[in-house]
Amino acid sequence: MLLREAATGRGGRGEERPTLKYIGSANSDDLRISKNCFSLNVSLKFSEQSLKLVGFSGSPYVARARVALNLKQIDYEFVVEEFGKKSQLLIQSNPVYKKVPVLIHRGNPISESLVILHYIDEVWAAAGPPILPADPYDRATARFWAAYIDDKLPSQSSVLFIDQADEAVKEEAKIKLVRVLEPLEEVFKKCSGRNRFFGGDTIGYIDIALGSYLGWIKALEIIAGIKLLDEAEIPRLVEWADCFCSSDAVKGVIDVTEMVEFIKLTRSLIQGAANSPSN
Amino acid sequence: MAIESEVKLRDFWVSPFGQRCRIALAEKGVEYEYQEENLSAKSELLLKSNPIHKKIPVLLHGGKPVCESLIILRYIDEVWPGKSSFLPSDPNARAHALFWADYVDRKVYECGTRLWKMSGEALDAAKKEFVEILKTLEAELGDKKYFTGGDVFGLVDIALAPFTSWFYTYEAYSGVRMEEESPKLVKWAERCKERESVAKTLPDPMKVYEFAGSLKKRFGGK
Repeated sequence: MLLREAATGRGGRGEERPTLKYIGSANSDDLRISKNCFSLNVSLKFSEQSLKLVGFSGSPYVARARVALNLKQIDYEFVVEEFGKKSQLLIQSNPVYKKVPVLIHRGNPISESLVILHYIDEVWAAAGPPILPADPYDRATARFWAAYIDDKLPSQSSVLFIDQADEAVKEEAKIKLVRVLEPLEEVFKKCSGRNRFFGGDTIGYIDIALGSYLGWIKALEIIAGIKLLDEAEIPRLVEWADCFCSSDAVKGVIDVTEMVEFIKLTRSLIQGAANSPSN
Repeated sequence: MAIESEVKLRDFWVSPFGQRCRIALAEKGVEYEYQEENLSAKSELLLKSNPIHKKIPVLLHGGKPVCESLIILRYIDEVWPGKSSFLPSDPNARAHALFWADYVDRKVYECGTRLWKMSGEALDAAKKEFVEILKTLEAELGDKKYFTGGDVFGLVDIALAPFTSWFYTYEAYSGVRMEEESPKLVKWAERCKERESVAKTLPDPMKVYEFAGSLKKRFGGK
């Protein structure tokens, strides 16, 4: 059962402000609410005492941690930050950046999504398929491409308003994205053979690093009415994207419909709108 | 000899990113061939081995290129584990070290560069930011001998050590007083310089200062 509610809360100046709280699939017994965040017990195969992930569904970086935990089938408590606010828990556990995701394991906080991936892969090495390859050169290659992805993919917030731009701007955005992804198309062709993922048979480090942005990319395609992932230019990656999004570890983490609503919410916060964004 | 040329490092003398790799290779006792790159006329080898960024440093091991300095450090650590690793064995401590190496990577070079390139309001902003970075690093270092923990001269230390030869440049151009803002960090820098790997790698701070000055003149700073 997908739980999602748009609740109306009071903003700092007494204005009514809509807040979208994504809860996920759960029983209501698993839900606990505290100031600026609420938490959800996500039950998977292995029960791990005291494992929390602080984040929210719209973040590709949080998605990385969730996919990794799903791959290893680890139970965790998803502490959902209220969008637009920072809870005390977040500020205390990531005082340097005050950003999600933060993985808190036995009281120890770990920040930065790629660091979290390494941690999950090391601590739960036996629990599921490896996220990073074993060979040092392959590991260096995987780390290189993850760094490249994080350097090139995040873009200006103006991309959120892409549907309001003219056709030339939309086309430019598409060309820019394809240019960034072209080297990865080549890497995928070389390293995967006939496999479905960069990591081979199972999802690996590059898959998670790149795949975490698919929610945003696909949602922007819907909002702008253009195909950003062009099959003519990057056919293998388009195929890969479908495999990634439909895999068990990713289903429920990347929800494109929800991402469209999340982007609209982000836009309304940016614009400082008082009312709910209209469809 | 074949073994010596199996490891090559394409680099540029004053690059702190290249210096990280030199320090790491020295710490592990790995023999390698140093190759100075002419950054105004990049070599075929560099362009071929780092086609994405076309930047140094590039480590070539058996002809295979590894790019990006922190990635190179981890590669060196994994291929030549030797007596001690650059990272602790405990996963939580490792994650902590990786976080701080990433922090150094993100913050120090970019903000430090603005200290000698900028002027006026932009310089004031850079100074304020840099002091905050120093205080953050100071708090993280605390009373430890090295950042990575205990006696281990590790990933975070190697990531940050090259910037110590830029301290003079940062101070001279911006007026930031390192000793006042972060006395523990300054003492840590002195401890690093006592290590052979660092002493042999880092250039004279005056040479760094002159280099920064010449760049500033060339690209039109005050």
